[in-house]
Amino acid sequence: MVNNALSFTGNGLRDWIVQRITAVILALYTFFMVGYFLLTPEVNFTSWQTLFASRWVSIFTLLALGGLILHSWVGIWTILTDYVKPAALRFTIEIIVILALISYFVWGIEVIWSV
Amino acid sequence: MSSIAMRTVEFKIYRYNPETDQKPSMEDFHLEIPKDKDIMLLDALIQLKTKDEGLSFRRSCREGVCGSDGMNINGRNGLACVTLLSSLKEPITLRPLPGFPVERDLIVDMAQFYRQYEKIKPYLQNDEPAPAKERLQSPKDRKKLDGLYECILCACCSSSCPSYWWNPDKFVGPAGLLQAYRFLADSRDTKTQERLAELDDPFSIFRCRGIMNCVDVCPKGLNPTRAIGKIRSMLLKEGT
Repeated sequence: MVNNALSFTGNGLRDWIVQRITAVILALYTFFMVGYFLLTPEVNFTSWQTLFASRWVSIFTLLALGGLILHSWVGIWTILTDYVKPAALRFTIEIIVILALISYFVWGIEVIWSV
Repeated sequence: MSSIAMRTVEFKIYRYNPETDQKPSMEDFHLEIPKDKDIMLLDALIQLKTKDEGLSFRRSCREGVCGSDGMNINGRNGLACVTLLSSLKEPITLRPLPGFPVERDLIVDMAQFYRQYEKIKPYLQNDEPAPAKERLQSPKDRKKLDGLYECILCACCSSSCPSYWWNPDKFVGPAGLLQAYRFLADSRDTKTQERLAELDDPFSIFRCRGIMNCVDVCPKGLNPTRAIGKIRSMLLKEGT
């Protein structure tokens, strides 16, 4: 058993499952968005606002945003532990990335809920 | 006496002697072999060594059983003793196994590799009382070990795995994980839970990204990626 403190769940299997479930959510959201752009004749401010006024679109978007944040963290942590060997530098970058991801999530909630 | 037609084979071989060299270099070698004859790369190396006794490489059984002469041949890991010269493009470029510390020329330090092997406890563990004769296994259960027990620990797979290059102290690597599954799959082993628990961190097994370099280079034709997938399935069944 190899110790680690900052991997998302601290457990190999759980991180792996999180990565796969969030990948499915992100794929579904991508299909949804591509479908929307293909099927909407003219995308303008009104149609965009109507779309996000729907509660389920807001929830789906939040779910995708949350999924993106978790997916990113599992992936970025893996890349950082692969390539950034000096522990102090890696720790600093990890903290910056975590804070950035949390900020994006909070910001995202604010944006989606303000529609 | 009739003269035998000869041909020249060109080599570029990695040379490094840490006691005398500042840094490694590639040295050109030429070998004359009979035109109508094909020989194994290891035999060519042994002949080159008669010209330059300092040229260092490991070998033992010279028939693909001991796993001593794993090296990087034209950019691909393999065993010199089972690689025919005719299968290689010239100049034949030989380097030590990538990602391993070089001791001298084509000889690498295998200590870390063996530590990972040791970590997976590569021996049968059974806490039940031993039967009078031996622990029996059905032919069906025995068949589950095919494709796993044949590993000769040549390190060609682990040395071609980027996940192993970046974290050789944390990621067990394809060779070790193939053996981990060999004991997980053994009906006579009773430590399955403990073995799985030991692997369930983000590095030991999950650092495998499934790129299958290990499968591509294995000189015994084994499939570590499949074994890793089976361990993951076992973890998934146990842990969810």
